[in-house]
Amino acid sequence: MTVMTTHRAETTETAKQGGAPELIKAVPVRHPGRWVTAAVILILVALAIQSLATNPRFGWGTVALYIRDTTVIQGVGWTLALTVLSMVLAIVLAVVLSFMRESDNPILRWTSWFWVWFFRGTPVYTQLTFWGLVMVLYPAISLGIPFGPELFTYVLSDPSKGFVPAVLGLGLNESAYLAEIFRAGLKSVDRGQMEAAEALGMRGTKVMWRIILPQAMRVIVPPTGNETIGMLKTTSLVLAVPFTYDLTFATNALANRIYQPIPLLIVAAFWYLLVTSILMVGQHYIEKYYGKGIDTTTRIAVVNPAAAKAAAAGVGGAEIIPGGPTGAGDTIEESGR
Amino acid sequence: MSTPATIRHAAPAPTAKELVRIEGVHKYFGEHHVLRGIDMTVKQGEVAVLIGPSGSGKSTLLRCINHLETISAGRVWVDDELIGYRERSGKLHELHAKEIATQRRNIGMVFQRFNLFGHKTALENVMEAPVQVKGEDKAAAKKRATELLEMVGLGSRMHHYPAQLSGGQQQRVAIARALAMDPELMLFDEPTSALDPELVGEVLNVMKDLARTGMTMIVVTHEIGFAREVGDTLTFMDGGVVVESGNPREVIANPQHERTQSFLSKVL
Repeated sequence: MTVMTTHRAETTETAKQGGAPELIKAVPVRHPGRWVTAAVILILVALAIQSLATNPRFGWGTVALYIRDTTVIQGVGWTLALTVLSMVLAIVLAVVLSFMRESDNPILRWTSWFWVWFFRGTPVYTQLTFWGLVMVLYPAISLGIPFGPELFTYVLSDPSKGFVPAVLGLGLNESAYLAEIFRAGLKSVDRGQMEAAEALGMRGTKVMWRIILPQAMRVIVPPTGNETIGMLKTTSLVLAVPFTYDLTFATNALANRIYQPIPLLIVAAFWYLLVTSILMVGQHYIEKYYGKGIDTTTRIAVVNPAAAKAAAAGVGGAEIIPGGPTGAGDTIEESGR
Repeated sequence: MSTPATIRHAAPAPTAKELVRIEGVHKYFGEHHVLRGIDMTVKQGEVAVLIGPSGSGKSTLLRCINHLETISAGRVWVDDELIGYRERSGKLHELHAKEIATQRRNIGMVFQRFNLFGHKTALENVMEAPVQVKGEDKAAAKKRATELLEMVGLGSRMHHYPAQLSGGQQQRVAIARALAMDPELMLFDEPTSALDPELVGEVLNVMKDLARTGMTMIVVTHEIGFAREVGDTLTFMDGGVVVESGNPREVIANPQHERTQSFLSKVL
């Protein structure tokens, strides 16, 4: 303690006598390689732009014509609906599956394992075809009293109903992948969190839901965002069901009608990129939300108002004031686990 | 008595009831025999200090008291209630997780690594269990949590996240969090071992204040000074057995067992 105090006094004195220290003004390292690579890339980009602009076969006029076509816009809408609904289904299932996998009940653990094994182990195209064919196996789902009257009927064989099997096929397949991502996330949370919660008398699902999962989300969100963007493009496989209103099918149909595939590929690519970009913005905010307490923690280096004033006044040594019991000048650097 | 009267809390009356009773407890981790027959009692209002070298089983014993570890043999009672099991016609039945959780409500625990909930502020950490476990009204829980945080000297840090607090501050929040459930018994598992030396004092001071209120405490620690000042009993463990126990000032000043002597000579 005495040592610290003396040290602090000395520093303050030095600051008083000598004023601000002479800051280093070193000559930075030169990077000629960066200029060369930049030049090469610029030339390649210029060539690509020239080609895109001057080659008439890209058909920019056609692109401009069809980019706001009603079927295309509707296709974007259906693709988004498929992506969002199948991801919601997959996330709900993945939470349940990952909790089951961590459960004490061996039956639940095995069931979860089997689900992941099955849905991850068969191609999504096959699964989508199967869900489309369920309407052959079961033309209608009806709920009623056995051998008595039917209370509720849902006709599946109606071709416009391809949407539900498409969401089921995509969502169930994705749930297997997400379940593994969620499991990895749950495992990444320190075991002490579970013990602390249990020692307070919390248990089971409440511990998972309130303590473990929120902290696991930091690890879960980035790969889930990745999966969502993947899903946006996997929806192009729904013609296996068949479901024929999504963006890929719509642009393909138009291309076949006017015999110009390239402009309509550009149209599709434009919309996929736009939606992906919007999803990425959303992901950024979700990550920020779940990073609270860890990632978004502002570094409050100097909390003590007197120390802050001293620092602002340019008096050295504000940072080395030892943290007393009331935490004067406590910095958070030491506390990150 | 050589200790200043101001530090000592009211010693439990000789007639005080036994709050914790440990009988013949053994614990195996696989082949590893960690606890080899422990008998111990802690009276209501007593501060029992457990010391011993690393691997002596003192932390394991502490974790057996709130069933964070299951015991392999023996019995643990807290407030006349058998922990983790029900004995019916000479046969032990495991308690349901729900019943174990109910038993734990009465037993607060403070961990070496604090284990604060990282996604919640200090205030939210303290409020969590009263609201979620006891179903307390949020406003009432907040008022109580504020009082507790002020008591441990963190009234100005209530809205900080654990990562924004020093180790000593985090541990004080952890103590407040455990106290929020109004436990009858507090378990401290090396509460100052993960702290910078200059932050140890602030945590020990909170613990001393707590002892003065008559809280029953079992403290696993390497802080011999704390044991001497605040402890009512001192138990020295080594190799999974209790080597020596008694009045802390007597044991520290005049250890009877050779193993105790050599340990104390190293830590004092």
